[in-house]
Amino acid sequence: MKFIDEFRDKEIAEGLIQRIHRTSTRPIQLMEVCGTHTVSIFRYGIRGILPEQIRLISGPGCPVCVTPNQDIDLAIALSRQKDIIIVTFGDMMRVPGSTSSLQKEKAEGRDIRIIYSSLEALDIAKQHPEKRLVFLAIGFETTSPTIAVAILRAKEEKLHNLFVLNSQKRVPPALVALLQSQRVKIDGFILPGHVSTIIGTNPYQFIAKQFGRPAVVTGFEPVDILQGIWMLVKQIEENRAVVEIQYRRIVREEGNPIALRKIDEVFDRDESRWRGLGLIPDTGYRFKESYREMDVRNFDVEVEAPKEHPDCLCGEVLQGIRSPSECRLFKKVCHPENPVGPCMVSIEGTCHTYYKFS
Amino acid sequence: MCLGIPGRVIEIEKNVAKVDLGGISRDVSLDLCPDVSVGEYVLIHTGFAIQKVDEKEAEETLELLKQMAEAI
Repeated sequence: MKFIDEFRDKEIAEGLIQRIHRTSTRPIQLMEVCGTHTVSIFRYGIRGILPEQIRLISGPGCPVCVTPNQDIDLAIALSRQKDIIIVTFGDMMRVPGSTSSLQKEKAEGRDIRIIYSSLEALDIAKQHPEKRLVFLAIGFETTSPTIAVAILRAKEEKLHNLFVLNSQKRVPPALVALLQSQRVKIDGFILPGHVSTIIGTNPYQFIAKQFGRPAVVTGFEPVDILQGIWMLVKQIEENRAVVEIQYRRIVREEGNPIALRKIDEVFDRDESRWRGLGLIPDTGYRFKESYREMDVRNFDVEVEAPKEHPDCLCGEVLQGIRSPSECRLFKKVCHPENPVGPCMVSIEGTCHTYYKFS
Repeated sequence: MCLGIPGRVIEIEKNVAKVDLGGISRDVSLDLCPDVSVGEYVLIHTGFAIQKVDEKEAEETLELLKQMAEAI
C-alpha cells in the first residue's frame, strides 16, 4: 500500500541503522510512548539491531491498559441494568475488572456490543429508543474528536437515549508526571504519531524547554521508527533538546484544528485516573455544562469496590519502571488467553507484545 | 487503539468519502477533515479521516533517506 510499503524499504532502513551506530556514543534510554510503536518495534526486530547502549522502554500509550478498574467496574455494573445496552471498542471486552469482565457479562446475557466507529453508537441508539445506550468512551487524543463528533450529532438529532462513560485520556500531561516522578530515566521520547496528528507539537514543548529532553513525533513503519531514533540520537549527541517531527507526511505543527475544536465544543479538561499512575491533573476531560446530561457518572448505580491482583505489575510496566519479564505472573498465570491485567489483553499492551514476540 | 491507515479517496458525497484501502473500499466520515478531493490520500482512524497525507513531504523524506543510504 502506498505510504506504507515505501517506509519498509530495506536499503533505506540499513542506511539508517548504520547512521545510528556511527552517531551513538553514550548509553541512553528512549521511551516509545505509544503501544502501536511498541508493536512495530517488536514486529520489525528493532531492539535487536540497535547499538547495545541504546535501550528502548515502553510507555503508558495504550488507552485500554491505562483505564482504571473503577471505570471497568462501572461499565460492568451498568451492563447489568435491564434497560441498558453497552457499546464499546473491541479491546475493552476482555479487560478484567475487579471481579468480572464485559466478555463474561456478555456470556451471562447482557447486551454488550462492539463497535468500530463512534458513529455506530448513534445508529444503535436510534434502533432502540426504549433502551439507554452507554458508549464506553476510551481513547487518547486520536480518538477523542471522533467521540466528540458522535456526541455533537446526538445532540443535534435530539437523541435522548445516548449516554457516555467518559474515560478518555490526554497524553502530554501524563509525560509531565512520568518526568517528574523520576522513577525511570528517560533521555528522549519517541512521540506518538497519531495522537500528534490531532494535537500537533505545541503541547510537547515542555519536554524540551522544562526538562531538557529531546522528543521526536514518529510514524509507525520501520523506516519511520529508525529515522525517529536516529533524530533523537543525533540531538542527544549534539547536546540539543527540541521537539521535532519525523512523521511529516501526516503530522503538522498545529495538529488538526478542526478536530481540536470538536473536542473543545464538548469537553473541558479535567484530572483523570490512570492505572499505575494514579490521578493526574489535566489528563482527562469532563463534559461541558450543555452535554452533562449524557454523563453516566450521574446514574445511580452501585459499583463494587475496586481491587487488583496483588502480583500484577501492569501499573509499573506502564511507567517503564519494570519489564513484563520481571512479573511473576507473566507467561505462567498471565497469558493472552487468560489475562490477569489489561497490559496482557490489549494487542498494544506491553505484556501482550512481549508475550507475542519474545 | 491509535491505529491509522492511509487510503485514497475515490468518491465524496456530502461529508462521507469512499476510500480505497489497498483494494477494499470503505466509507469514512469527513467531519474532521473536510477539505479533501478525490484522488488525495487521507489517514483513517475508527471510520474517520483525521488528516490529509502530504504526498510531497513523503516523497521528500524518502528522497533524503535514499541519498543518505547511498552516501554511506
